[in-house]
Amino acid sequence: MSNKVLMKGNEALAEAAILAGCRHFFGYPITPQTELAAYMAKKMPKIGGVYLQAESEVAAINMVLGASSAGVRVMTSSSSPGISLKSEGISYLIGSDLPALIINVQRGGPGLGGIQPGQADYYQATRGIGHGDARLLVFAPSTVQEMVDLVFKAFELGDKYRMPAMILADGMLGQMMEPVELPDAAAATSERKTWATDGHGGKRKKNITNSLYLDPYLLEKTIHERRLRYDELNAGYQMAEEFYTDDADIIVTAYGASARVSRSAVVMAREIGIKAGLLRPISLWPFPASVIQRLSASAKVFLTVEMSMGQMVDDVRLAVNGVKPVDFFGRTGGVIPTPAEILTAIKNLA
Amino acid sequence: MAIVFQKPKALTDDIFHYCPGCTHGIIHRLVAEVIDELDIEGSTVGVAPVGCAVLAYNYFACDMVEAAHGRAPAVATGLKRAKPENIVFAYQGDGDLAAIGMAETIHAATRGENITVIFVNNAIYGMTGGQMAPTSLPGQITQTTPYGRDVAYSGNPIRVMELISQLDGVALAQRVSVDSVKNVRAAKKAIKRAFENQVKGKGYSIIEVLSACPTNWGLEPNEALRWLRDNMMPYYPLGVYKDTYPEDSN
Ligand SMILES: Cc1ncc(C[n+]2csc(CCOP(=O)(O)OP(=O)(O)O)c2C)c(N)n1
Ligand code: SF4
Repeated sequence: MSNKVLMKGNEALAEAAILAGCRHFFGYPITPQTELAAYMAKKMPKIGGVYLQAESEVAAINMVLGASSAGVRVMTSSSSPGISLKSEGISYLIGSDLPALIINVQRGGPGLGGIQPGQADYYQATRGIGHGDARLLVFAPSTVQEMVDLVFKAFELGDKYRMPAMILADGMLGQMMEPVELPDAAAATSERKTWATDGHGGKRKKNITNSLYLDPYLLEKTIHERRLRYDELNAGYQMAEEFYTDDADIIVTAYGASARVSRSAVVMAREIGIKAGLLRPISLWPFPASVIQRLSASAKVFLTVEMSMGQMVDDVRLAVNGVKPVDFFGRTGGVIPTPAEILTAIKNLA
Repeated sequence: MAIVFQKPKALTDDIFHYCPGCTHGIIHRLVAEVIDELDIEGSTVGVAPVGCAVLAYNYFACDMVEAAHGRAPAVATGLKRAKPENIVFAYQGDGDLAAIGMAETIHAATRGENITVIFVNNAIYGMTGGQMAPTSLPGQITQTTPYGRDVAYSGNPIRVMELISQLDGVALAQRVSVDSVKNVRAAKKAIKRAFENQVKGKGYSIIEVLSACPTNWGLEPNEALRWLRDNMMPYYPLGVYKDTYPEDSN
């Protein structure tokens, strides 16, 4: 049974998490994710769930770690400065092989930055999310519908691969109203997690959640085991959308909000006879390098568009591997590029 | 032959790594005896700190979680909110609880989080080799106060029981010591009440245990206990600082 409603991005993220079986939310207020937490505060007590406002993002992510260790589906949401504080806990989640959903409704940075939409946390999400040999699943929706779908995906893969997952959204997507089709509530996610620290009850060996390995060989072994899961994800879960890429000479690569604007620019380019296309990464880690590699055979040039000084462009360059030129256009600090600006950048390459 | 003394069931067979004369071992034992006596091992989840007790997750026989430095109260909060039927305790040193984790401590307490906290105050950072702790005494020589803690420069020690007892959410805040047989008995009684409070749903209970660190105090085990009595106890008086349900004590 489909259920079509008009929803704001931030609220859709919250509702999707509830439908996916998440009953535990720990957070700390920050703009522009406000509606998400407010939605949870209103809804959770009515459905037997937990919404708890923590004293900081540091505390919130560690509450998430405790709840995850107890075996429940759990999430937190924040925006850029708050994610910096959460990075300690995210590293411990990874090191302890615990799933959790983390939402970053990005704003401009560094420091307090601003409260307008940004995409400058790409490095943080895909490279520097916490200390150590660590990877985080990162998904970048570009519509409200996709926000809903990716929340389900994030919980599913997080549980399967025992690692945290992030939805990297931004202030524009968070505030946007669009019609969405809400899926049915996930079949009861009560499947017991055999590793959970939920009390051994005298029925099994004790479970330990831990990221400490004083023996370097044992730590290396643990990291290598995790690496095998990363390899599997890399091989099987690279997600991207292609738009007019078949015959494109110029391939624009963009994710999230900047992909929405880039799509309009590509349509405008086609209208004036420029063969442009859009490659939109949906999973940022694993990064859809294989699609870009394939396209680098047919395309003449790539143009990466971001709401930052240029971060994802590094991954595009790594994937293209010098086979074709890769150019960059970006606005940053909370400024959203216009279709006309991107069209100009496309024209300059035509 | 009758067994008159044995290891509590709630401790595993792992060998403690603690230094000779360290009282962490006694405190572990007391917690384990209480878990046995209340018969709650199967539903108990412990949270180990970062500090000398970091390996406590190997020593207790119940499910265990190793937290980041200072975050044990937040991790315990998550565990308890996810499974309120479980008994959750955090075991933390003074650096863990009163320096890096002070915000988490105060807020778990003020929320009246229904957890039990065992706070081991040895007036020093043991694990990292004897640096000044938030509870190091005025004049105390440590690796990072080599001329003695000058309170005008390095600040004053924190009396956690006096501070935390001001908060509404606290059911029980009590300072005990494990320097003598008599005090060990009293410490066990306090720890038992701190767990019983949780079983009865009465909210946050914290027991501060004055503890010896002979290694980093540079003292023989016996001298260390004397130093604890002569120097720590006057600054950190033993006693009940808050007891919201005194009728439960006997
Ligand atoms: C974020 C972080 N900072 C610093 C450390 C290093 N560190 C490990 S234990 C410790 C102090 C522990 O002292 P205390 O809590 O008093 O416990 P004790 O070892 O005395 O039992 C420090 C600073 C760490 N592990 N993590
Ligand atoms: S360093 Fe101190 S606190 Fe740590 S085990 Fe040794 S005596 Fe105990």
